[in-house]
Amino acid sequence: MSEEFKVEIVNPEKSFLVKEDVLEVVVPAFEGEMGILKDHISIISFLKPGIIKILSKSGDENFYVEDGIVEFKNNNLSILTSSIFNLTDLDKSKQQDLLKQAEEEASKPEINDQFKYLVDQKIEVLRSLN
Amino acid sequence: MASLDDLKKRIASVKSTQKITKAMKMVAAAKLRRAQESAEKGRPYSEKMNNVILNLSNGISDKENAPKLLSGSGKDKIHLCVVMTSDRGLCGGFNSNIIKKAKSYFSKLSEEGKDLKIVTVGSKGNDQLKRVYGDKIIANISFKESKNANYFDAEKVGKMVIEKFEAEEFDFCTIFYNQFKNVITQIPQAQQIIPLNTENSEENKSEDSYEFEPDEDEILRNLLPKNISTQIFKAMLENSASEQGSRMSAMDNATRNAGEMVDKLTIEYNRSRQAAITKELIEIISGAESL
Repeated sequence: MSEEFKVEIVNPEKSFLVKEDVLEVVVPAFEGEMGILKDHISIISFLKPGIIKILSKSGDENFYVEDGIVEFKNNNLSILTSSIFNLTDLDKSKQQDLLKQAEEEASKPEINDQFKYLVDQKIEVLRSLN
Repeated sequence: MASLDDLKKRIASVKSTQKITKAMKMVAAAKLRRAQESAEKGRPYSEKMNNVILNLSNGISDKENAPKLLSGSGKDKIHLCVVMTSDRGLCGGFNSNIIKKAKSYFSKLSEEGKDLKIVTVGSKGNDQLKRVYGDKIIANISFKESKNANYFDAEKVGKMVIEKFEAEEFDFCTIFYNQFKNVITQIPQAQQIIPLNTENSEENKSEDSYEFEPDEDEILRNLLPKNISTQIFKAMLENSASEQGSRMSAMDNATRNAGEMVDKLTIEYNRSRQAAITKELIEIISGAESL
C-alpha cells in the first residue's frame, strides 16, 4: 500500500501548492512541531511562525509561514495561511526585512503575552535561517 | 434646424466619445479577466475557512462561553454596515445597486428602531451615502493606491471592525457587496459576518470527529478574526470582478449607442446638405425664368 497523501496549501490569493505524492509533512503547530503521516487522525490545529517541511517522492520542500490553520481529513492535508514563502525564494534581504518588521513589533509596549510569544517565535525562526 | 457646420462638429465629437468608450471597454475586459481569475483563485481559501469554522462551531461544547464573534454580544441594538463600492465611476449600475440594497436595509433597521453605523469602503459609496446618512458614517476607507484587491487591505478593514466590536460599539455587522455571477449579472449581497451565521450548517454537517490541538475554544478564538478578514477579502474580490464586468457592459452599450447616434446624425447631415443644394437650384431656375 502506498504511503502517500495529498497536501494543499492555500493563501487568500490563490492555491499556493498542491502535491499528491507526499510522505510526511512537519508543521509548526501551536503546541510544538507536529509530523503528519498517512492515515493520521482527523485534526485541526493552528500554526505559529516556523518552517513547514514537506517530504515527498519528487523531492523535499521547505516553507516559512507566519500563521495559519492546518486541517487533516481523509488523507487530505489543507494548510490555510496568509503569509507563506518558499525557503528557496526567500533571500537574505527579504529575511532581513521580515526580521526587522518582527523586531519592531516586539518592541511595541502595548502587545499582549500571546502576541509577544508569537513575535518572539518569528524572530527566533528568522534568525535561525541565517 | 442645426446648420451643416454644427452637425459636422457633433458627428466628430460623438465619434471621439465612441473611441473613448471603446477603449474603456477593452481595458475593462482585460482587467475583468484578471479580476475574475483572482476571484476564482481566492474561493478555495474562504470555502475551506468556512468549512473549518462550521465544523468547529458544531463541535463546540460550551455554547455559553462561545466567543462573542460567534454568539454575538447578546444585544441587538446597534448595527454596523460595511458598504463596499468602487473608487471609480462609469461602471453602469454597479454602485447604485449596492447603495439601493443598503438603503433598503437601513430603512428597515430604522423602522425597527435600531441604531445604525456605516463604514464605507470605496469613495463612490461614500459620495452617494453622505448626503442622507452623513452623520451615521463613522469611517471611510478607500484603496485608490492599490491596483488589485489584496489581502493586506482586507485585513486592515477586518482589524478595524474587530476593534470596534471589542469596544462594544456595535452588536451586528453586515457587509454589502456585489457578487459576480457573469459579465451582465451582478447580484448585490448583504452578508452578516458578526455574529457568524451558521444556520446553513445543517446540510454540510460532517460526521467525523476531529482532534483539536489546542482545544476548540482556543482555535475558534484565533480563527474567527481571521475569518472576518477572509470574508471581507472575498467580498473585495467579488466586487472588483463585478466592477469590471459592469463597466465592460456599460461601455459596450455606450459604444453601441454612440454608433447609432453617428448613423442618425450622418443621415441628418446628408439630408440637410441635399436640401441646401435643392434650394440653391430652385433659386437659380426661378431666377432664370423671371428674365
